[in-house]
Amino acid sequence: MNTFKIGGVHPHDNKEYSAHQPIVECPLPKQAIIPLAQHIGAPAKPIVQKGDHVKVGQMIAEAGGFVSAPVHSSVSGVVTKIDATVDAWGMKMPAIFIDVEGDEWLPEIDRSSDVRRDCTIEAKEIIDKISKAGVVGLGGACFPTHIKLCPPPGQKAEVLIVNGVECEPYLTCDHQLMMEHGEEIIIGIQITMKALGIHHAIIGIEKNKPDAIARMQELTRKTLGIEVMPLQLKYPQGGEKQLIDACIGRQVPSGALPIATGAVVDNVATIYAIYEAVQKNKPLISRVMTVTGKSVAKPGNYLVRFGTPLTQVVELAGGVPEDTGKIIGGGPMMGRAMNNIDMPAHKRTSGLLFLPESESRRGIEENCIRCGKCVSACPMGLEPYLLSRQSELKMWDEMEAHNVMDCIECGCCQFTCPSHRPLLDYVRNGKVTVGGIIRARNAAAKKV
Amino acid sequence: MNLITISLLVLGGTGLVAAVLLYLIAQRFKVEEDPRIDQVQEVLPGANCGGCGFAGCRALAEACTKASSLDGLMCPVGGAPTMEKVGAILGLAAPQGEPKVAVVRCNGTCEARPKTSEYNGSRTCAIMHSMYVGESGCAFGCLGCGDCVVACPFDAIHINPETGLAEVDEAKCTACGNCVKACPRHIIELRKKGEDGQRMVVLCVNQDKGPVAKKNCANACIGCGLCAKVCPQEAITIANNVAYIDFDKCVVCRECEPQCPTKALHAMGFADAQAAAPAVATTEVVEGEKKGFDPVIAAKIKALPTPKAVFPQCLKY
Repeated sequence: MNTFKIGGVHPHDNKEYSAHQPIVECPLPKQAIIPLAQHIGAPAKPIVQKGDHVKVGQMIAEAGGFVSAPVHSSVSGVVTKIDATVDAWGMKMPAIFIDVEGDEWLPEIDRSSDVRRDCTIEAKEIIDKISKAGVVGLGGACFPTHIKLCPPPGQKAEVLIVNGVECEPYLTCDHQLMMEHGEEIIIGIQITMKALGIHHAIIGIEKNKPDAIARMQELTRKTLGIEVMPLQLKYPQGGEKQLIDACIGRQVPSGALPIATGAVVDNVATIYAIYEAVQKNKPLISRVMTVTGKSVAKPGNYLVRFGTPLTQVVELAGGVPEDTGKIIGGGPMMGRAMNNIDMPAHKRTSGLLFLPESESRRGIEENCIRCGKCVSACPMGLEPYLLSRQSELKMWDEMEAHNVMDCIECGCCQFTCPSHRPLLDYVRNGKVTVGGIIRARNAAAKKV
Repeated sequence: MNLITISLLVLGGTGLVAAVLLYLIAQRFKVEEDPRIDQVQEVLPGANCGGCGFAGCRALAEACTKASSLDGLMCPVGGAPTMEKVGAILGLAAPQGEPKVAVVRCNGTCEARPKTSEYNGSRTCAIMHSMYVGESGCAFGCLGCGDCVVACPFDAIHINPETGLAEVDEAKCTACGNCVKACPRHIIELRKKGEDGQRMVVLCVNQDKGPVAKKNCANACIGCGLCAKVCPQEAITIANNVAYIDFDKCVVCRECEPQCPTKALHAMGFADAQAAAPAVATTEVVEGEKKGFDPVIAAKIKALPTPKAVFPQCLKY
């Protein structure tokens, strides 16, 4: 069985709490707060005004630049204001506030649950549809999908890798999506292959989801060019670069995009969104998210419309457990602790994890003993102990020379450190600073 | 005997040849350096803090010696007396600069700014700021992890364990500006020290709208503009829901001080001024009504929930 070659760790997957829980639709909120920056890149520009009536699926903000995606209304009602709201970490983000009235959809959206198989439109039209539907990578980074599907000149896609790995412990939303909407995902893969003009796709699934592997294998038996590849269990296999290495054995060079290896990677949830956008004219207005934790009353997978306050999803899952010490947005490895669960769900919210008080504290930080565990765990082949020290001492030039920009912030180093050093905190801080320095330098070079 | 003579001759000869060579090379490649650079460096403090904007005292001395006028060159540590000495050496007029001091523009003490979460990561402000809003609801205030303390080469800034805020020791502060650069929230500002250290300052940089700011911190500036209305010098401006006093215009008349409904506005260096950490502002609201403040603002303030100190003590560092 394949896996990626460098580094990686084996955290307990803890998926038993919410695995196999059927996807439950979350009720509509009274007021939807739809953030404008739900993706990487420029925030979307609002095209509605206060007092406007909007329908479900109507575009309410257009893409704000090349790397950007439009935002659609997930509810029907009246726009009450365009103002700042508070995100999961207490910072402000611009959003459109809509008071919900009924549930009136745009007429062109196909709301039936029928599976629509035939896709007659051309590749260019498919990409156009995806771009207009605001589809972004739902694996976590939220990179606009239409850009991924248009390789830069001189580079050609050879294979589509579909990410069904879900290597983050606790999260099960992609697993459940594959179980319930496998057929749609296969059609989505065929559409994406058509958009890319290729005839080969690999679905990578970790072996802790044997039922998903069996289901996908059964569905792909009659399709041409789609292969299901069971993968060994190792975190962070769901990382784009790691998955390419695991599936086709090619490494993405430092500083290059994954397309340099001829691979385009998309998450299963993204593929499902592509299916809905192309075949059902339904823009990206909802996603499946996992609400889980050891003491959560009803852990499970919930289909939420964007803009629904997370508190409402939490209520559905039985409320905040009493022993909660920390609430994490996303999985425990890459997710970040939140201090506000009133925030609305959006394209990035893949999960909510409630950790009990006993598990939520970090270990006491001690000195680095130079054991090198972080070096052997790093899937990018970096030296986290060195980078973190350089970051502490503000040695930004040296950090750049040691390829800090290659860090994927997976957290393996911090997970494996026996001295409980906050390696990732420092490396991430350094990465932000070095990124700023590089951008400033490039801007200065452009001016000259 | 023979051996000693040979050794002496060989070593002595080598030494002589090397000396001649070194002398010739030194003559050939000698660098003309202005002797005044050394003199100027003598009178500079020698802390190499970088507060002047140069890499160290030597670099400043070189820049001064090369310059045709000392305008814009200033050693913040030595201040005017040092620059006068530098001017005397170089025969240039010393620039006139009023002494400045670092001011931490946050008064969100433990009592005024209730904690809403507990931070469990690396205790540096830069990382905490990149992670989230901080332990209170205020996204603008002092985080209290002490990046400025680490940055200060003069031991002039410390975290007060009772308030959880950075405090400047004005006797030691040389206004080198290292703390200003270190603070990820840009709270610290170099302000004119003023006569006898007396000055007016708004101890808040919260750009949230009044009710939100007030909810998160009892001592926050709510941007009501009462101070700006009464200022005879028009030194106070309100921008982004926060008042700012232009220290070049302010004459420290203290007209604005009683107007402030939240005690964000502070008179520093006065004997009768209260300590920089007033209690939770409930009583002031009532007083505000009595004094006939703008009724709309008074009502708004009254409607806000009073922050309670949920965590009785700040974390001790």
